[in-house]
Amino acid sequence: MNRIPGKSYREATARQRVAGLLDADSFAEWVGPAARATSPHLAALGLPCSFDDGVVVGQGRVEEAVVTIIAQEGQFNGGAVGEVHGAKIRGALQRAVRERPTAVVFCIDSGGVRLHEANAGLLAISEIMRALLAVQGAGIPVWALVGGSCGAFGGMGIVARLCDAVVMSEEGRLGLSGPEVIETVMGVEEFDARDRALVWRVTGGKIRRTLGEATVLVEDRLSAFRAALESLRHSCPVALPRTLDALQAVQDQLTARATRESDLRDGQALWDRLGLGADAAWMDTAQFNRRLQELA
Amino acid sequence: MESFQYDLPARPCVALPVRAELWGVVSSGNLEVLVETGPPPDQCRFQVETSAHGFSEVWQAVLEDFVTRHAVGGLSFSIHDAGATPAVVSLRLEQAMQSLKAP
Amino acid sequence: MNATGPSRLWNHEARRRTARLTRCAAFLRGKEVAAADMVPFLEAVLEPGDRVCLEGNNQKQADFLAAALADCSAQRVHDLHLVQSVLALPEHMTLFEKGIARRLDFSFAGPQAHHLARLVQDRAIEIGAIHTYLELFGRYFIDLTPQVCLIAAQAADAAGNLYLGPNTEDTPAIVEATAFKSGIVIAQVNELRDALPRVDVPADWVDCFVVAPRPHHIEPLFTRDPAHITEIQVLMAMMAIKGIYAAYGVERLNHGIGYDTAAIELLLPTYGAELGLKGRVARHWALNPHPTLIPAIEAGFVERVHSFGSEVGMEAYVAARPDVFFTGPDGSLRSNRAFCQMAGLYACDLFIGSTLQMDLDGNSSTATLGRITGFGGAPNMGSDARGRRHASAAWLQAGREKCGGGPPVRGQKLVVQVVETWREPHHPTFVERLDAWQLQEDMGLALPPIMIHGDDVSHVVTEEGVANLLLCRTPEERSQAIRGVAGYTPVGRARDRRFVENLRDRGIIRRPEDLGIDVRQATRDLLAARTIKDLVRISDGLYQPPKQFRNW
Repeated sequence: MNRIPGKSYREATARQRVAGLLDADSFAEWVGPAARATSPHLAALGLPCSFDDGVVVGQGRVEEAVVTIIAQEGQFNGGAVGEVHGAKIRGALQRAVRERPTAVVFCIDSGGVRLHEANAGLLAISEIMRALLAVQGAGIPVWALVGGSCGAFGGMGIVARLCDAVVMSEEGRLGLSGPEVIETVMGVEEFDARDRALVWRVTGGKIRRTLGEATVLVEDRLSAFRAALESLRHSCPVALPRTLDALQAVQDQLTARATRESDLRDGQALWDRLGLGADAAWMDTAQFNRRLQELA
Repeated sequence: MESFQYDLPARPCVALPVRAELWGVVSSGNLEVLVETGPPPDQCRFQVETSAHGFSEVWQAVLEDFVTRHAVGGLSFSIHDAGATPAVVSLRLEQAMQSLKAP
Repeated sequence: MNATGPSRLWNHEARRRTARLTRCAAFLRGKEVAAADMVPFLEAVLEPGDRVCLEGNNQKQADFLAAALADCSAQRVHDLHLVQSVLALPEHMTLFEKGIARRLDFSFAGPQAHHLARLVQDRAIEIGAIHTYLELFGRYFIDLTPQVCLIAAQAADAAGNLYLGPNTEDTPAIVEATAFKSGIVIAQVNELRDALPRVDVPADWVDCFVVAPRPHHIEPLFTRDPAHITEIQVLMAMMAIKGIYAAYGVERLNHGIGYDTAAIELLLPTYGAELGLKGRVARHWALNPHPTLIPAIEAGFVERVHSFGSEVGMEAYVAARPDVFFTGPDGSLRSNRAFCQMAGLYACDLFIGSTLQMDLDGNSSTATLGRITGFGGAPNMGSDARGRRHASAAWLQAGREKCGGGPPVRGQKLVVQVVETWREPHHPTFVERLDAWQLQEDMGLALPPIMIHGDDVSHVVTEEGVANLLLCRTPEERSQAIRGVAGYTPVGRARDRRFVENLRDRGIIRRPEDLGIDVRQATRDLLAARTIKDLVRISDGLYQPPKQFRNW
């Protein structure tokens, strides 16, 4: 019996993720913790602050190629976006437009807006979206990594879907309203947020990969996410051409999908329809990817 | 939040870090510690902000023991604490020291 | 010769039994009672003041019978004396609130601890005594024999034979005491089957059974998600394995429930194997089938496990590992709380568990103010069995340390408490005075509810180190040894530093560095499984965790 191989991405902190994803000693942080850019809102409320306001931004290398990296700390206030946190992300994206790295690596681990900073947080998320589109407009791809304990929800769920590629682990989750929000608003009959298996069948990495919303599905290992970055660097997918026609085509596809699959209430129903098998949720990542490929 | 600062006599740190290092995370029962240079070589400075009130004596005892164990003169440790137990505090400080010693 | 003379009757109990069965005969079809008739049936069988065991275990609950009893008329059924190990269900409390029951002898009241304390303070309940499991089982055969028992089984056949399934728990002890002392044995079963997989209780010990509308409730009490194990727990587990398991060569043992011991289970196949301990420690266990033991079993550390009860989701795994577990001809687990408690008391060399509070004598308690939790099995597992006469290397070594030179006349069980010095801010584990004393006063109990007595404790493990109390020669050494691992709690900070350093020089206190353990190596990466899913994979898909533990 050996140890579980490799460091878990889900259990790693934002800083450990950055260190594990980039070439050794290649990271240079912007607005690091010593700058003490902490949240004035949390301080005013008498709540604990963090020296980096829960996000690490800077520049490093992946196989020598320069990348901008953004990593949210899911353990600090659920990775929620506050004013400073959001400004750091926006600033990193704007700097990327100027400095033209090979790509922007965006480790999303967030439930969305930081409620304590509601308006500032909402503004920050829309600024992030605009800045991200500007990066893509400059021809620089943005790759989202979603494998933290908070997943990518709320505004950050939208941000993830703007990216050119989304790397997820099975443990990662991606959605708009979080499970608890849906249960609160629509009732437990509509969605039982405590049914963890259901939550993952509806928002988890496997269903997102099945729907094509995640580009790659990897195991919950830092090294697996790193390997995914290496292969993205070579394949360099682009989300979609930024033309009105292309957008309309995607819109049509989504409308068709919504009609075709309107009766599906659960990821398993889709897997059944596709013939993936009753044990789709249980399969390990490699097997799942293989089955998907066979059916494609 | 409760804040306090301790300046403790310490043996000089032989290899001062080139850049600030942050360890740990501010989450329930956990803390972050930022290690920087600054104080005179025979002094170590601790700045603590904590959400758990009434523990300044415990903090002082934990930090005094830490200073006895390690040569940390010339270093400053800034801590944001969200209710970590002394065991976790000590462990994070040890991990921060390890990262300083590592090449 | 005497007043009763030749006319004295010697079968009062049997006559009373016949009268009960006559009263309820109308409800019986063979031995089966319809679920809908359960309330009038119980009203017919029971008599005021009866001693009743309403089977409540750690896990398995006779919940349908409990609900039926609580629905009985308090005019007809009242002043019962309940003799049962665990009070877990709200219905158990309703019995006292309605006056159906008045007196209680029990062991453990986990989920109802708060409610029970309130009833005691309102004088709605008389407590005879709070027992350990073994004591209560013992008293079933001496002075607390049930006149009626209401038990839970997996299945019955038409004749009334019972199949208990993997969660045997208390049932054999209850039935044995009741059936052979002219009592009435009533069982709720989940299903009626033509043929049983095995017969655990023969039909002639069973008076009647009812097929309950819903399967009886079983609580997954022993499942600990590895995701919640902390680095500090990993550190303490490393110290326990290296400083105690390896140092004494502990082969036969019992673990308490909790993340501290789950960490040890998950470190055996990694850290333990790296220390070369496979085949040398932790071979034979008195333990429920803990999911966190799966990696150690798969790695070949664990040779045999006998269990008090089962654990939800472990059925298929246990059935596939009959070399390790005790199983019936049907393949499913055969557990037995009475025997496993006895095994823990007399056949194990080590008990390790956690607690909420410990004082300077080493007394420990999980009692907190306003709650009566009781004891369960820990005091039996966590005590030196002075009637033990067979030797083992670990037992002898501990005995030698305790008597300090000279040939020992007896060995000593290793009783280890593994605790973090603080549970959370404002809750130090180490205290000058246990809350148990206050609870004794508030509740008018005969004794403070101390879980493990200090004079039984051999070692205390905290994040600060291991204190070996066997080597302490005076009360002062003992209290300083405890202070010396009590960290920054008020008790720990009041240590005599020089005294403690002296204890350290003598090996009574050992810090991680004294044991050759680098605290910075204590990371979750050492765990053989980090998630429930890892456990399932290591079990080759045989472990089927309950829904609340699954994200697939």
